[in-house]
Amino acid sequence: MIPAVNIESVEKRFGTLHALKGVDLTIEQGEFFGLLGPNGAGKSTLINLMAGLLKPTHGQIKVVGYDVQTQYQQSRQNLGVVPQELVFDPFFNVREMLRFQAGYFGRGPENDIWVDEVIESLGLADKAHTNMRRLSGGMKRRALIAQALAHKPPVIVLDEPTAGVDVELRQMLWDFIKKLNRDGHTIILTTHYLEEAEALCGRVAMMKAGEIVALDTTQNLLKQFAGKNLRLKLDDTLPASLLPMLKQGEDGIFTLALNELGQVEYALSELRKANVDIQDMQLLEADLEDVFLSMVGKGSDI
Amino acid sequence: MISPKYRGIWTLFKKEVLRFWRVSFQTLASPVLTALLYLLIFSHVLEDRVHVYKDVPYTAFLIPGLMMMSMLQNAFANTSSSLIQSKVMGNLVFILLTPLSYLQLFIAFLGASVIRGLAVGLAIYMVSIWFVDLPIMHLGWILVFALAGCALLGTFGVIAGIWAEKFDQMAAFQNFVIMPLTFLSGVFYSIHSLPAFWQTVSKFNPFFYMIDGFRYGFFGKSDISPWVSILVVVAFLALLTWLTLKMLKSGYKLRG
Repeated sequence: MIPAVNIESVEKRFGTLHALKGVDLTIEQGEFFGLLGPNGAGKSTLINLMAGLLKPTHGQIKVVGYDVQTQYQQSRQNLGVVPQELVFDPFFNVREMLRFQAGYFGRGPENDIWVDEVIESLGLADKAHTNMRRLSGGMKRRALIAQALAHKPPVIVLDEPTAGVDVELRQMLWDFIKKLNRDGHTIILTTHYLEEAEALCGRVAMMKAGEIVALDTTQNLLKQFAGKNLRLKLDDTLPASLLPMLKQGEDGIFTLALNELGQVEYALSELRKANVDIQDMQLLEADLEDVFLSMVGKGSDI
Repeated sequence: MISPKYRGIWTLFKKEVLRFWRVSFQTLASPVLTALLYLLIFSHVLEDRVHVYKDVPYTAFLIPGLMMMSMLQNAFANTSSSLIQSKVMGNLVFILLTPLSYLQLFIAFLGASVIRGLAVGLAIYMVSIWFVDLPIMHLGWILVFALAGCALLGTFGVIAGIWAEKFDQMAAFQNFVIMPLTFLSGVFYSIHSLPAFWQTVSKFNPFFYMIDGFRYGFFGKSDISPWVSILVVVAFLALLTWLTLKMLKSGYKLRG
């Protein structure tokens, strides 16, 4: 099957800034794919290149087999992009805007049923006749997502769709996106919320400084990097022998990173030797955040 | 029923027309009022003092000039303000994400600006014929110059809209380019009444040809032949269209 998105040695320079330093990535049709990375890693640049909003300095991107530069009409027909910024056209109401958006893609009245379904699914039904200008921030975000879906694109790119969005909307949004994914749409997502990527994405790419530093299924990444965490509440400070394992420690609560379970025994014996009492102890599974930190480095602004 | 092939461009054209129609108080009524105020003041002050063409009262002489001036300004305003607004607001991205080609984009924007220009011109005409007896000698020339003039300024507006990044840059364009060219184009006078030097200067102003040729359609009289005027206007239109398409094709300031 033709990949949903095929990115081949793509580079992008903005003057002296080397925003993307040769990215290769293939996303298959039907995937729920996560693109993670700190601010400035190049996620949005990559998305803008897919959408044809930017031109690559080098390399090639295909959407469902169509080159985004030379066959842009076909590639854009297959792509729906939700921009990161909360932009809107102040002249029209929600339903008008969505019908226009579908119209730009050559869709006519036969598409109105789909537009209404999108409006319904995103909880915009009672705002359908409200001017975009009068919508609250959360409603604008929904309308923005609806606009990207108006022409029913097979490949949907969401650039941080849940930034500044309340829990209720986030839930509703993910239910809808999951349904679209089940119906065969390819979903590509960038997000700051790692737990979201962990819960939703089958596969994840992590970017740092214009490069992909990790690419695997979410499960493999978790297995490969994270191991387990041992959280201890102690009545004294941590013995020096355990400091190399220390991941985080404050107010007498210390988190140790374990590569294997055998290290629990070692930690406990060291604590006994140092005469430190354990007040509480928890063994935790690592999450994507640990993988992320180990990949892109501690102290990154996620 | 429109074929899916043309639905994209039709939708964008419709949206651009609705955009100014929704705020027609500002985009249609206010330029008509401005033109009528000019008419009232200038005709009151100058009616008995200025005679440009024999048998043509000054007020009648003034109307085609005011119509053309308003048409040109509004055609320019439509494309330029739509582009600069959606650039500053960021919603231009919704159009840039679509499969619309740069040529389709240009035609849709231009079409809407011509509609707005013609609507303003027609409205001024409808109102002023209640007060002034205005002949129509050559309807064909009137329509040709109206269309070509609106298209020229609509195209110019696309260039300005792509180039400008802020509202004050656009205002500078409006005040330092469009306004002087309009006022020094013979809206209010015949260039034959000017000293020789300024007559020569006026002949470098494309606005002069649009207004002179348009006026010929009403009175059958003009400072220079309408054939020369239309040639100049079409040449300018071709030049600006070429430049606009080149900018759009390259993605200048729109696609980095």
